[in-house]
Order: sequence, then C-alpha cells, then structure tokens
Amino acid sequence: MTTQNADTPLLEVADLNITFPSPKGDTQALHHVSFSMGRQKLGIVGESGSGKSITGRAILKLLPSTAKIDAKKIVFNGIDIQNATEKEMRQVRGRQIAMVMQDPKYSLNPVMKVGDQIAEAFLTHTRASRKLARDATITMLKAVRIRNPERVYHLYPHEVSGGMGQRIMIAMMLIPKPKLLIADEPTSALDVTVQLQVMAILDDLVTDRGMGLIFISHDLNLVASFCDQVIIMYGGRIMEICEAKTLHNSTHPYTKGLINCLPDITQSIDFLPTLERDEVWLKD
Amino acid sequence: MSYGVKQKYHAMQAWFLTDTPASAFQAKAGHVYTRLLVFKSNQLAILGLLIVVMLLVTALFAPLIAPYDPLATDLANRLQPLSSEHWFGTDEMGRDIFSRIIWGARLTLYVVGLVAIIAAPVGILVGTIAGYHGGWLDTVLMRITDIFLAFPKLILALAFVAALGPGIENAIIAISITSWPPYARIARAETITIRNSVFIDAIRVQGAGPLRIVIRHIMPLCLSSLIVRVTLDMAGIILTAAGLGFLGLGAQPPSPEWGAMTSSGRSYILDHWWLITMPGLAIFVVSLAFNLLGDGLREVLDPKGEN
Repeated sequence: MTTQNADTPLLEVADLNITFPSPKGDTQALHHVSFSMGRQKLGIVGESGSGKSITGRAILKLLPSTAKIDAKKIVFNGIDIQNATEKEMRQVRGRQIAMVMQDPKYSLNPVMKVGDQIAEAFLTHTRASRKLARDATITMLKAVRIRNPERVYHLYPHEVSGGMGQRIMIAMMLIPKPKLLIADEPTSALDVTVQLQVMAILDDLVTDRGMGLIFISHDLNLVASFCDQVIIMYGGRIMEICEAKTLHNSTHPYTKGLINCLPDITQSIDFLPTLERDEVWLKD
Repeated sequence: MSYGVKQKYHAMQAWFLTDTPASAFQAKAGHVYTRLLVFKSNQLAILGLLIVVMLLVTALFAPLIAPYDPLATDLANRLQPLSSEHWFGTDEMGRDIFSRIIWGARLTLYVVGLVAIIAAPVGILVGTIAGYHGGWLDTVLMRITDIFLAFPKLILALAFVAALGPGIENAIIAISITSWPPYARIARAETITIRNSVFIDAIRVQGAGPLRIVIRHIMPLCLSSLIVRVTLDMAGIILTAAGLGFLGLGAQPPSPEWGAMTSSGRSYILDHWWLITMPGLAIFVVSLAFNLLGDGLREVLDPKGEN
C-alpha cells in the first residue's frame, strides 16, 4: 500500500461516464463526473435519478454487469479502481472502502444473528479466532452506542428496530477499519429523531478514525450542516461543487432553485416555488 | 390424567403460549411449540413420523428385536404359514420372514440415508453455484441437470447399476446420481431470488468472495425447501431401491433386502402369499410414512403454503 501524503487526495475521479446499453439505445447514467476528496466529509445531493447512488456504487465497482464504465481515472489511495480485477476489488471492498445502505431492514441477512454478521465482516479480512472476532464485535456495538451489546449480539434482524438496525449496519461496515465510507441515504428509512442520532454516531466515528466519508442524500440542509464539501448533481452531471458553509449563497441557478424549494419555518410565504429545470444544464 | 398432572400441563402450556415471554429462550420455546402444534394438527403427519421413528428404532435394535437369525436356513421348516412361532411365516429356505424384515429395515435406512447425504449436498452445491454465478456456468450446469432429468429415474438407475455391477453400494451410487437434479433445480431457483437481495449486496460491499456468500449466506436460506423435498423424495428412493433389488441389481441374496425378498417370493405367490406380501407391505408402509411426514414438514417449514 502506498503511503498517503497530506496533499494527495484519498479518492480521485476524473471524467467518469457510465452507460447502460439497451435495445432502444444506450442510456447514459453519468456524464463526465470528476471530483477528488481527501479525508473529509463529502456530500452528494440531487434529485431521484440524478446519478448520486450510481457514483457511489461505481467507486466500489458494484454496478450491474451490463453497465459500461468509462473513465480517465478512478484512483483510491494509490489503487487503480478502474483497472482492478474482481479479485483485487474484493481486497478494496470492506477493508478500504465500505458502504452503508439505505434500509437496514433489507440489508441484513434475515437468518443470521446480527452479531455473527458483524463478526463475519471482521473475519472476511482478518485471520482471527472466533473469540477475537466476537470481542471486536462487542466493542464495535458499544462504539455505535448500543447499550446492551451482549444481548443485541444474539438478536436476529427482525428483532431490532430501524435505528438500531442502521447502527448495526454501520458497525458492520466500520469493523474492518475502512479508509472511506460511502453512506447511501443512510437515514432515509428512519424517522427524524432517530436520523439525528444515527448521523451523530456516524459523524463521531468518522472524525475519530480520520476516515473519508461520502454522504449521499437528497436532504440539502442535512448535507449542508454535516459535510465539508457538497457536490450537487442533476441528470447524471455535476452541477456544482462548493463548500458546505457557502451552499446557501450559491450562485448556480440549479442549486439556488433547490434551496428556494425548501420551506422555511421562520418565514411564511404564499407560494412555495417549484424547480424550473433548464435544458442548458443537460448540455455537456 | 390426574388433577395434579393436568394442572401442571396447563401451566406448561401457558408458559409456552404467553404473549409476554420473560426471556428470549421462552420466546423461542413458544415459537417451536406453536410450530409443533401446526404439525400436530396434521394427524397423518404424526402417523408418518411415528412409523419413521419406529423404523429407526427397529433398525437400531434389529439384533434385539429379531427373534431369529435372518440368514439361518432351516429347510425342515420351509414355507411355514403365519404362526405364533414365525409371525410372518418362513420363506423358501425356511428363514423367518419377520426377522428378515426387521434386518431389512437397516438396509432400507442405509440406502435412504446415504442417498440423501450424497444427493442433497451435490444438488444444493450445483444449484447455488449455477444460480449465483449465472452466465455460462449456469448454462453448462443446468444443461447437465437437464440431461439427467431427461431419463426416467428408474431406467437411468438401472443403466448405472448395470454399468457399475449389481450390489447395494452401487445401487446407492446409481440412485444418488439420478436424484440430485431436482434438488439442483430448487436450489437454483431459490438462489436467483436471494442473489438480488440488498443484503447480498451489503455482504459484497464487505469484500466477501462468491464462495463465502454462497456457503455462508445463500445455502442456509435454501435449506428449508430442500429438506421438505428430500423427505418427500425418500419414498421414491425406497421404491427405486426396492425396484433394483427386485430386478436383482440391488442388494444381493441372501441379504434381507425388501425388494429382493419380494422378487424371490414371486414364484410362490399363489400357494404361499406371505412370502411376497410381507416385504411388500413393509415397503408400502414405510414409503407412505415418508410421504406423510414430508407433507407435514412442508406445512411447518413453509408459512406461505396455507391449507
């Protein structure tokens, strides 16, 4: 593994295009997507179908087999993702880059105890004894603020709540100590109060471990308050990359349009504007 | 039932069926208990289970139960009808048929058990690998499966035994070779539905390889439908084994295999009916029992197939 300099980015994506061939003609899901990030928190926001999830999955090479990936460069921590074989990708997945998915209800194996699933994630990358894996799992469960880890270890996924399930997912994904975590709408399936708890846990763990985080969401305010940098996507293209602090002062018409669509609790307005989409944004 | 026992029984039932279990263990025990109630309500399945258990006990304690040596010939007492001395009579060599059927239970279980142990894992392995990998490997494995399914089971088994040579071990191999394809089909169908679930994606994100995913995560989910199918197939396995024995290609004389016994009793069917009827009844009862048990298991293990 190459050593990481402070100034070389953790992840570099240049001119990433993804197409899905179909009998009716190719559908291009991503157009010339380029960005780079260090060990920071990067948010990706956009509407449904804007290509945010596809971007996340492309970094892990977890796309359907029909997808065609074409890029100038996808480099993570000195590893050339674009030309990596499936076998090499297995070393990257989990240990280098992990991903938390949207709904914990469907992303845990229904017939396996949650503790065993976390331990399994640990054992995939470490040659350790079952006992050691168990201890690591209990520690990890404590780290995601589960109060009674010994009891939770033996529960099945249908026996835990949504918020707890997502914390278990986070524990499972962080136990091999990855350098980058992709969180694909990790709180969309949860209610608002639980959302904040999960976000707080995610924030603490990512900061403590000095990891990079790609946070995919459609919640502008959440992303603005939580991330360092924000990528705004529309129609498979990057509209704008800006600092999270200055997001609300953005000058890009699409970003401005999105922000204007959010109701503000402190002001009463008669009309909530809808987004006016401009064809120009879809031109390369 | 005395009053005290009845009260204890009710207390126990309440413990099992409570809506507010005090421990995870109690909840699990209650769950198992309700499953058992479903199974119990199917009286034919209970009958099947009882017969299968009886078969197991008989096979296990054959030397203790059988009154005579199954291989000892006594030509002075040949072709004796049913009597208190020889419950099922004696055969053309004067051997006690009851003892032979008791010992034959061992052979039957031996065949059924070994075939299940060989064929089910082969089927599940082929099916899950084909289903998970997809593409060319799926095509190759499933076409091989289709080739095996293209022949009637007994005919194919006959051909294999004829090639391998008669004998009970070869019969087991032949039956196994002919019975794995349906299991592969079932396992493949299940795998294809499981393969696309989000949790398999989550496991792939962890960097798990295909082998780990198939063995640790897909196979356990295929098991319940496979267990039901194997149990239902056991009757077929018994019949095929008996058929091979009848044709002289299975267990060889003088071993007390039920099929071989019906075959040798065939020439005496008009005057000495018990020679063929008794082993025939044994085959009938045991294969019926496995079918009833399989039906009951299907109801318990498959919550979707409501009756």
